[in-house]
Amino acid sequence: MENIYLLIVLAPLVGAILAGFLGGSLGRKGAHWVTSTGVGISAVLSLYVLKRFMFDDQEVFNGAVYTWMVSDGLHMEVGFLVDQLTAVMISVVTFVSFCVHIYTIGYMADDEHNWPKTSLAGKNSYQRFFSYISLFTFSMLMLVMANNFMQLFFGWEAVGLVSYLLIGFWSVRPTAIFANLKAFLVNRVGDFGFILGIAAVAMYFNSLDYHEVFAMAPSLADTQIQIWGDSSWSLMSLIGILLFIGAMGKSAQVPLHVWLPDSMEGPTPISALIHAATMVTAGIFMVARMSPLYELSETALTFVLVIGATTAFFTGLIGIVQNDIKRVVAYSTLSQLGYMMVALGVSAYAAGIFHLMTHAFFKALLFLAAGSVIIGMHHDQDIRNMGGVKKYMPITYWTSLVGSLALIGFPGFSGFFSKDAIIEAVHHSNIAGAGYAYVLVVAGVFVTALYSFRMFFLVFHGEGPRDEHAKAHLHESPKVVTIPLILLAIPSVIIGYMTIDAMLFGDWFKGVLYVLPEHDTLAAVQGMVHSSNGMLAHTYASVPFYLAMGGLFVAWYIYMKNPEIADKIKTMAAPLHTLLDKKYWFDEAYQFVFAGGSRLLGKFLWLAGDRGVIDGLAVNGSAFSVGWLAGIIRHLQSGYLYHYAIAMILGLTLMLGWFVFA
Amino acid sequence: MIELSDYLILGAILFAISVAGIFINRKNVIILLMCVELMLLAVNMNFVAFSHFLGDTVGQVFVFFILTVAAAEAAIGLAILVVLFRSKRSINVEDMDALRG
Repeated sequence: MENIYLLIVLAPLVGAILAGFLGGSLGRKGAHWVTSTGVGISAVLSLYVLKRFMFDDQEVFNGAVYTWMVSDGLHMEVGFLVDQLTAVMISVVTFVSFCVHIYTIGYMADDEHNWPKTSLAGKNSYQRFFSYISLFTFSMLMLVMANNFMQLFFGWEAVGLVSYLLIGFWSVRPTAIFANLKAFLVNRVGDFGFILGIAAVAMYFNSLDYHEVFAMAPSLADTQIQIWGDSSWSLMSLIGILLFIGAMGKSAQVPLHVWLPDSMEGPTPISALIHAATMVTAGIFMVARMSPLYELSETALTFVLVIGATTAFFTGLIGIVQNDIKRVVAYSTLSQLGYMMVALGVSAYAAGIFHLMTHAFFKALLFLAAGSVIIGMHHDQDIRNMGGVKKYMPITYWTSLVGSLALIGFPGFSGFFSKDAIIEAVHHSNIAGAGYAYVLVVAGVFVTALYSFRMFFLVFHGEGPRDEHAKAHLHESPKVVTIPLILLAIPSVIIGYMTIDAMLFGDWFKGVLYVLPEHDTLAAVQGMVHSSNGMLAHTYASVPFYLAMGGLFVAWYIYMKNPEIADKIKTMAAPLHTLLDKKYWFDEAYQFVFAGGSRLLGKFLWLAGDRGVIDGLAVNGSAFSVGWLAGIIRHLQSGYLYHYAIAMILGLTLMLGWFVFA
Repeated sequence: MIELSDYLILGAILFAISVAGIFINRKNVIILLMCVELMLLAVNMNFVAFSHFLGDTVGQVFVFFILTVAAAEAAIGLAILVVLFRSKRSINVEDMDALRG
């Protein structure tokens, strides 16, 4: 099995290297074949691994394949931990990534038009893009298959790097450069916390291996440490919160969420990849993987819960007022990531991972469908210009409908099971902050339905596109685009129903995710409903269902039935609209405080430090003082021979006098 | 009987004259050269005097060397002076301040 695991990881890397370094000679066709094959191999093998775990009682693999170095007993290794959690993650990652690869063939087909004719970066950009997305898959696989913190950190940073490259893929656009720099910087903030957390682990556990750390964790559960002064901190809370700060950066939780909507500047396939399979799920996965550590600190769990709930509700609200089709989906990702974090916060790790999985499928689907509409609209992304697209793009329409229904949690669709499980888990939790979180996640259901179907109705229904030219050219996207949509639509519908019994109510994650009995909210949920069918039957008594339907109805009423109401509400609640339109002024505040502050500090250092001390005092100062001294001494040089002679004689006399009399 | 000190006083007087010549003279470069020669002669005088009174001939041998060098120096000095005069059309010491800072 070890060879299979190695192959899963390395196949996308080989594809990325070939397409990246030999892109010119491989040509476009060669590049997309080699990368898609690589990821395809990974996907097939991942599904095989998943199948082995499901039906054949596959042994958990945990071992190093390469020791990088040993420093003072601290092993730094490349190693894999493949258990049920990993099997689910690699299957989701590679499957979604494979769909995205195929979709990219269609989406990037005429990428030359996005580059100026003279641009060197535009040369072979198609091959470069494929190389990047394969590398992205490789990074994410390294992350989820790691069996130690070092490799986790490698994957973490590699994902950050490739996302930087991809968001700024159209490097000739200033907005793309701004967005990728922003994503990179915000992730640095999170990663700083993350590496501090890993450092704390290395310091107190003297090991980076997951199993060793987890085995030691209970014995260090009550450890208090002093960081500065006499204040005493719980070690577990500290590690949990520091690692979670890393997750906040990667998984875009408030207040480090600002990079994610801007990442829409990249081509749509990578938006799907970032938002569904790779990158943003890394934080969720990491917290779930670290469940033995998080279980030991209620403080850290509450922190996760409150941040998650805040993100889930408040970023969802922003989605209602966005007009860019991709941004609406982006804000919905933020909100859904918040739901996953909430699940982790109430110790329902399995529910978090379950929602991650279902979300990966329907969010990738929604993004790719949005991309398909964007292709049809000739890269116009404003939903106010769209409408009536249903008639022209039937496959995109139906798959979008499936994705949207899954997103709002319509009974039977995958999102229904995962989201309801989370809400029920929060309901049964008695950890601090659970009440706050419950209100927000339940209210979030209404908001989710509202923004999803607002977009859906505005794009697909109503009067046709305003622009006659766009209308004339609107047609269904090619097969390479629609087939991935269909491939993703299938799991979006059925995956929840099929897997919930095993993942949430069964013992799939037994021995993988660790939950203290007093935190076990999923067991409490299980006390109420026992199976997927039970959940379906239970629907008509659940508040979220009526809220989702209410949201759907309100969206239909406002945007289809009675469009004037939208403007009326807008003027009536003008301050609220401004608040949401400006995204709570997070961007402006960061721009002013951090970016402005850094610039101010930079300017100060430039003027005072560089120009003042180094240039002024050290470099020019020494030159000036030499000049000044020389200016005085030069007056001694009269140029007359007799002056020099008298100086010599006087000097001679003095020396003689000294010799004779001293 | 002429004592050693008499010779030394003569040497000192010669030396003092030459030094004074270098300071006081502000007109003529040739006088400077002459003063330098005189200075060397003052030194020679001391050498010869000590040689004689100490009964050691090495001092007189030294004088020959110094005379030779002085002759060579005078030749070179005068040659430089000729070149200098050609370019500056003057042998006035006051005019020669090219090294002024």
